[in-house]
Amino acid sequence: MPHAIPHATPLVLLLIVLTDLAVLGTMRLSTCIRALGVQGLLLGLLPVSIAPTLSVHAVGLAVGTVAVKAVVLPWFLVWAIREAAVRREIEPSIGPIASLLLGAGAVALAFAIAARLPLPPGPDALLVPYSLATVIIGFVVLTTRRKALTQVIGYLMLENGIYLFGLTQTERVPFLLELGVLLDVFVGVFIMGIVVFHINREFDSLDSTRLTELAD
Amino acid sequence: MSVAHATALAVLLIVAPALPGIATKTRAVLTGRRGAPVLQLYYDLGKLVRKGSVYSVTTTWVFRTGPVVLLGSLVAAALLLPLDGRDAPAGFSGDLVAFAGLLALGRFALVLAGLDTGSSFEGMGASREVTFSSFAEPALFLCFAALVLATGDASLSGMLGAPVRVAWSHAAASMSLVGLSLFVLLLAENSRVPIDDPATHLELTMIHEVIVLDHSGPDLALILYGSALKLALFGALIVGVFLPRADLAAPAATGVLVLGLALVGVAVGVVESVMARVRLTQVPALITGGAVLALFGIILLLR
Repeated sequence: MPHAIPHATPLVLLLIVLTDLAVLGTMRLSTCIRALGVQGLLLGLLPVSIAPTLSVHAVGLAVGTVAVKAVVLPWFLVWAIREAAVRREIEPSIGPIASLLLGAGAVALAFAIAARLPLPPGPDALLVPYSLATVIIGFVVLTTRRKALTQVIGYLMLENGIYLFGLTQTERVPFLLELGVLLDVFVGVFIMGIVVFHINREFDSLDSTRLTELAD
Repeated sequence: MSVAHATALAVLLIVAPALPGIATKTRAVLTGRRGAPVLQLYYDLGKLVRKGSVYSVTTTWVFRTGPVVLLGSLVAAALLLPLDGRDAPAGFSGDLVAFAGLLALGRFALVLAGLDTGSSFEGMGASREVTFSSFAEPALFLCFAALVLATGDASLSGMLGAPVRVAWSHAAASMSLVGLSLFVLLLAENSRVPIDDPATHLELTMIHEVIVLDHSGPDLALILYGSALKLALFGALIVGVFLPRADLAAPAATGVLVLGLALVGVAVGVVESVMARVRLTQVPALITGGAVLALFGIILLLR
């Protein structure tokens, strides 16, 4: 299948996994958000690079993805940090070295699983292992980071992985449905942001482990 | 050893001291200063060689052999690299282990020399140097493992020589990841900025500079030259990965090597001017990040 931009897809996918690893390796919240923004931008490039020709559908999806994932969501997270006056360092329950090694394990697992999945062989088969890797790393971030805000980041990475997987079906899924998914995520993160903000105002902390101490 | 081998080795030995100069100059230019001349290290070495050495009465022969063993092991390691882009003067199957071992031997001699002074301060530096290199060495082996898988050759001559071009055609992603990982290792092993600052003499944060504080005169010259040569060796590894030059004539291949080394120097300078040093406790995480890049390259190759 001829691609609109040859050789771009493998490079973009590689960079997406590198942004995953950057989120795992960093100790700074702002770097996490920046990596997430870059990942959103890269995800926006993909619909164009895997499409056989430059169609309105592909370009529209790319523009929508970049607008939501690379501009609005990172901006919103930065706003949330500022408003909630969160400390700039993330406090993971496991250190950066263990996180990175888990990330490497996640990538290995993703490639091992993807080779065994009964998927129709296609030109976009390369997307599958990378999407699984992003999903698993999203889970790792979601489970090993204590702060509510970093958990939002993990959730967004998880969603990015699902979006990647969805791109293999891009010719079959109607455009409106994709827009609906983007909107869903946007609303979800918006609500989470407000919840995070309120947790912070009630309890002076965003440490989610302390939520177990709630009582009336 | 053929003429081409000897020429390439001689060129590497001659241009090595210019590399830290290029990095420092790039850093100076990017931060709006004039900076020291590129050839500053040559002047420094010339000055140090003409001076006498001062030895503390607490030191023994261990202190005096340190710099010599360091330089000897680095030159021996250089013999294992295919500097002319084809094969090494002294390559054999599995020589990558010998290469890592020779680098470790040089470091071991230097650390012993530092400990021999009996200064607790140098002991602290020695402990740091060894701690961080214990993270860097597995990462180096992961890079080598990825290169062995990509080229199907278990000697440095093979994995940095002729098969590299073929490897790029079918495993470009892995090769670029390995190149990146090697660059992180270059910064770590040569105590460049995100890991250590070669310009600082602030006691509490120094890693590599600490253990050479008591050396003077020709001994210090040997150590400074050894550091430059080590930087050049890692640079030659990176050039070997990114610029396959087995198709070029021997003089052209050596020319490309020098050009590539200069580019590595500029890259180091750029990194030094855009990044701050990371905290000492985060250095292992940074090196692990480099190792994970190589691991990712291996995963892509095993797919």
